[in-house]
Amino acid sequence: MASAIPAAIPDELAHRPGRDTWLHLLVRWSLIGVSLAFLAALMIAPLATVFVVAFQRGIGTYLHTFADADTRAAVRLTLTTAAVVVPLNTVFGLAAAWCIAKFEFKGKSFFVTLIDLPLAVSPVISGMLFVLLFGAQGWFGEWLQDHDISIIFALPGIILATMFVTFPYVAREVIPLMQQLGNDEEEAAITMGAGAWMTFFRVTLPKVRWGLLYGIILCNARAMGEFGAVSVVSGHIRGLTDTMPLQIEIFYNEFNFVGAFAVASLLTLLAVATLIIKTLVERTGYKRR
Amino acid sequence: MPQTSFRQPSVLPGFGLTFGFTTFFLSAIVLIPLAALVLMAASMQWSEFLRVVLSARALGSYRLSFGASLLAASINLVFGFIIAWTLVRYEFPGRKVIDALIDMPFALPTAVSGIALTTVFAQNGLLGHYLSLLGIQVAYTWIGVTIALTLIGMPFMVRTLQPAISEVQRELEDAAETLGAGRLYVFRRIILPTVLPAMLTGFTLAFARAVGEYGSVIFIAGNLPMKTEITPLLIVIHLQEFDYHGAAALGFVMLVISFAVLLTINVLHGWGRRHLVATAH
Repeated sequence: MASAIPAAIPDELAHRPGRDTWLHLLVRWSLIGVSLAFLAALMIAPLATVFVVAFQRGIGTYLHTFADADTRAAVRLTLTTAAVVVPLNTVFGLAAAWCIAKFEFKGKSFFVTLIDLPLAVSPVISGMLFVLLFGAQGWFGEWLQDHDISIIFALPGIILATMFVTFPYVAREVIPLMQQLGNDEEEAAITMGAGAWMTFFRVTLPKVRWGLLYGIILCNARAMGEFGAVSVVSGHIRGLTDTMPLQIEIFYNEFNFVGAFAVASLLTLLAVATLIIKTLVERTGYKRR
Repeated sequence: MPQTSFRQPSVLPGFGLTFGFTTFFLSAIVLIPLAALVLMAASMQWSEFLRVVLSARALGSYRLSFGASLLAASINLVFGFIIAWTLVRYEFPGRKVIDALIDMPFALPTAVSGIALTTVFAQNGLLGHYLSLLGIQVAYTWIGVTIALTLIGMPFMVRTLQPAISEVQRELEDAAETLGAGRLYVFRRIILPTVLPAMLTGFTLAFARAVGEYGSVIFIAGNLPMKTEITPLLIVIHLQEFDYHGAAALGFVMLVISFAVLLTINVLHGWGRRHLVATAH
C-alpha cells in the first residue's frame, strides 16, 4: 500500500491516468514551489549566512577566533557539560525505560507524564528554577554562601540547567521501543538462569540500541546548543562560565560578527552531523513513535 | 509479595532499583525545582503578585509572546500542510534531502538560528534588503519575532502531519473524483477530516514551543519594553535585578497559561474526533 510508505511513491500512483492533466501539474508544481521557497527563506538562507559571514574576512580571521583563549574555554565548557549530562541522562533513560516497560504498576502513565514535563517548560523558566533554589536570594542561597559553595554562576548550575532541559530525550525514545519489543526474551533469559545484569547487557541493550543511539544524539545536540536555560544560570563570566552558544551572543553584541558566526559554524556542523546520524539510524528501520 | 497491590508480579528483576533511581532523579532534577518556583510565587502577597503579573510591561509582553506565537502557529498550519503534502505525495529532485532538513530547527542551537535569521532579515540582509524596498521592516519588529517563531514551530507541524497525510485513502479520493467531485470538494470532505486531528496537535505543539522560545527570538526582536519584549526576556530582566519573586510570578503565569492552552486544545481534539466519527457514520 502506498499509504504505508511515504518514502517512495510507486510509479503506478504517480502516473495514473488523469494525474497528468495540466491542472494537476499546475497544482503539483506550485505546491512544490511554495514549499521550496518557504524553506529556502527560513532555513537555507540562514544556514548559508552562517558560513558566508564566518568566512567573509578569509580563513585566517576565521581561525583567529579559535586562537582566542575565551573561545577555547567556551568550547571546553560546552564539551565538559555534555560529557557529564549526556551519560547521566542516558543512565536515567535506561533505568526509567526498564521500570516502565518491564513492569505494571499503579500511576504509570502519570509517571511518564512527569518525565516529559521539562519539554513543556520554557528554557528561561528551566534555568530560573535553579536560580530560585541556589541563587543568592534563593531557598538555599544563604546556606550555600555560608559554606562557600557556588552553584549558580558556576559549572554545577550550568550542568543542572542542561540536565533539566535534556532530561526526557533518551527516556522518551527508549520507553516506547522497549514496550513495543516486549519481555519474552528477557523472561526466557532469567528463567534459564542468566543474571539481571547479564540479561540487561546481552539481551535488552542490543534490542534497543538504535532507539538508544537516536535519543543520545538528540540529547547531545540539545545539551551542546542550549542557550536560554544556561544563559540564566551562567552569569556570563568570560572564559569561565560561557558556553559556546553564550560566546556567540557575546561576540555578536560586540559586533564581532566573524567571531560569532565562526563559533556558530561549529555548532551548525554539529547539527548537520546530528541530522546525518539520525537519518542513518532511521534507515536501519528504526521509526520514531 | 507485599507490594503486589502496587505492582503486578513479574519474573524480571530490578524493579526496586530502577524505580527508586528514576524517582530519585526525577525528584532532584524536575519536581523539586518546579516546586521551588511554585513556592516562590505562592510566598508573595496577593497584591504584590497581581502588581507584577498585571503591570503594563508584563501585559505588553504577553500580547507579543502569545500573539506572535498564535500567528506563527497559524502560518505553520498553512505552510506546514503544504510542505508535508509535497513531501508525502510528490516526487521531485532533492525530496529526501529536504525531508531530512525539516528537523534542522530541532538540531540547530537557537542562538545560531537567532543571529542567522537576524542577519538575513536585517535591513541590509539577503532578504531584508528586498523587503525594506517594499517598506516592510522585519528585524527588530514583531514581524521578525513571528518569523523566528514560525521557523521554530515548523518541524512540529510537518512531522505531525506527514503520517496523517499518508493515511488518507487514495481509493476514496479516486472514487470521489470518478463520481464527479472536484479537487476542492475532495479536499474539504475527504482529506481535511482525516488530517484535522493531526493539524490541531501540530498547532498545539508549535504554539507551546513558540511561547517559551528565547534564544532565536531575542536577537531579532528589538527588545523594547511594551513593544518588542517577549515574556521570557522580561523574566530574565527580573532575575538580573535579583527580583526573584517577580521572575517567579511571571514564570508561574506562563506555566499556567501554557498548560491551560494544552489542556483546552486536548479537550477540543477529543471532542473533534468524536464529532467527526459521529458524522462519518
